[in-house]
Amino acid sequence: MELLYASCVGVLVFCGVFLILRARTFPVVLGLTMFSYAVNLFLFSAGRLSFNEAAVLGYSAKYADPLPQALVLTAIVIGFAMTAFVVILAIRGRADLGNDHVDGQLPDINNDIDTKGKL
Amino acid sequence: MNQHLIFLPVLIPMLAGVLLLMPPFGKSKSNRRIASVVLSTVTFLVSLALLFQVHENGIQVYALGDWSAPFGIVLVADPLSTLLVSLTTLLGVVCILYACAGDDEKGSFFHSLVHFLILGVNGAFLTGDAFNLFVFFEVLLIASYSLLMHGGDKKNTRAALHYVIMNLVGSAVFLIALGILYGVLGTLNMADMAQKVALLQGDDVYLAKAGGLLLLVVFALKGALLPLHLWLPNTYATAMPVVAALFAIMTKVGVYSMMRVYTLIFGEEAGELSHIAQSWLWWLALATIVMGTIGVLASKNLGKLVANLVIVSVGTLVALVAVQTVEASAAAIYYLVHSTLVTAALFMLAGLIAEQREDVADCIAAGPPVLQPKLLGFCFLIAGIAVIGMPPLSGFIGKVWLLKATLSAEYGMVFWPLYLLASLAILVAVTKAGSTVFWHYRSELTAEVAKQKSIHPAQIVALIMLTVAAPLLSVFAGPLSEYAIGAANQLHDFNSNISMILAGDL
Repeated sequence: MELLYASCVGVLVFCGVFLILRARTFPVVLGLTMFSYAVNLFLFSAGRLSFNEAAVLGYSAKYADPLPQALVLTAIVIGFAMTAFVVILAIRGRADLGNDHVDGQLPDINNDIDTKGKL
Repeated sequence: MNQHLIFLPVLIPMLAGVLLLMPPFGKSKSNRRIASVVLSTVTFLVSLALLFQVHENGIQVYALGDWSAPFGIVLVADPLSTLLVSLTTLLGVVCILYACAGDDEKGSFFHSLVHFLILGVNGAFLTGDAFNLFVFFEVLLIASYSLLMHGGDKKNTRAALHYVIMNLVGSAVFLIALGILYGVLGTLNMADMAQKVALLQGDDVYLAKAGGLLLLVVFALKGALLPLHLWLPNTYATAMPVVAALFAIMTKVGVYSMMRVYTLIFGEEAGELSHIAQSWLWWLALATIVMGTIGVLASKNLGKLVANLVIVSVGTLVALVAVQTVEASAAAIYYLVHSTLVTAALFMLAGLIAEQREDVADCIAAGPPVLQPKLLGFCFLIAGIAVIGMPPLSGFIGKVWLLKATLSAEYGMVFWPLYLLASLAILVAVTKAGSTVFWHYRSELTAEVAKQKSIHPAQIVALIMLTVAAPLLSVFAGPLSEYAIGAANQLHDFNSNISMILAGDL
């Protein structure tokens, strides 16, 4: 289970970082969302992974650490608000700047090819 | 002595922020302004009361919901955190006053957002719990995102997009770091963490080290330390001057968190993990000073110039944090107060000058003369002298003190020449900016234009309140430096911190 869990978190982080490094705002927002999913999963695992252990005393012989679950809940709420904000900001950026590039202007592709051609 | 006083600097701004959205204040502009100024003044007075209470009775701990540490969340009021809370609330009062001249009407909900920002900053200063620190960081960040967009144009949207994305990644890294630290230490109370770090063995040591250094990445991002400082100049220069002045405290939150985490948790007593971040902090801080100074020299307008001065001040503060002696911390505390107030004053000045010079705005180039050359020029002179660090103002005292604190051979060899050269460069840049802006006219002032551009009295009061801080900080340097030494002693006193915080309610 640990291997599966860790690979899930790893793949999510990989995808998240890859998408955050893209030049358009939409992939960046998706990347941020994936990254925060990965972070939430990771935070959850800080209380150790286990089967059949309730987080409430008295329901099972052993009990799970309830604190990471509380932390994850807080992180989900905050992450949700932040994602909503960045989505709105990206839309406004698209409207204000006329394109969805994170720098607000599209790189001049022809120009790049020219300089490369000279090199 | 009132034990609930500790919570009030967090509670009042929160209630104020909500209250200002309610009908009696939400509808009427003048009501909202009066209420906002009054509420921020009340917060400031409460913070001062807390400051005196802590000064008299020593460090105080407040267990939220009476869940005692390390199980519940505690707020810790020690001399350092209360000093910074008072500084924040003072800055809040001044910025709200300044905004009442008309800046608050350029967008929605300005006053509420400022109160929420103060809530976040005060909470981050007072909290004794690492996860709670994250929560307060998010509170202050989301308020700052909206304030950054306040009354903004297209350039602003771009800067805000960068700032928000950077900080969202930073928050995610913060959570990873906290997850790792909780996983190995089993606690998030900073005092308890400090105790447990020393007991770690085997692989856990390396995990905790990874967590601790990930925290460094986060604080470096918030505080604008070298590789992660690139967001700052654009963000601060495109924000409205009053917002930028208020943001002067935000980089300090990052520096303060470094002070706490790397002095208390990973400090002297942390066994194998003591001083893990010190060498990183030291060299990055020096590089930050160099980059900030280059930025100051290259700045084409006043806003950018002041933003780069903020970077230099962050570099200086982090260098002092890296030295990790009581004297260096005391110098850092004094310098922190000084640099926050002076850079805030300079941001406001840059804004006022920009308003008066038509299309030249705050570019460092010949343009129409400013309307009140005596007032603005004199304020610029005082703030400039303070920020450069020339006698007799507060910058000089701070500079002498921090040079003395880094005198020992291993630090002084690098720090002294570098810092003094940086000061010289800042002297050149600020002098050039001041003389160009105030003395190089391109056209004469016409009476008609002069009528439109006069400064609102509220702005003058706010500007003077910040500008007189520099002379006052040097007049009262005696008591202030004693206070700073006391605060630094408390910060470095590992055993008393631990025993006070973990003893629960007092």
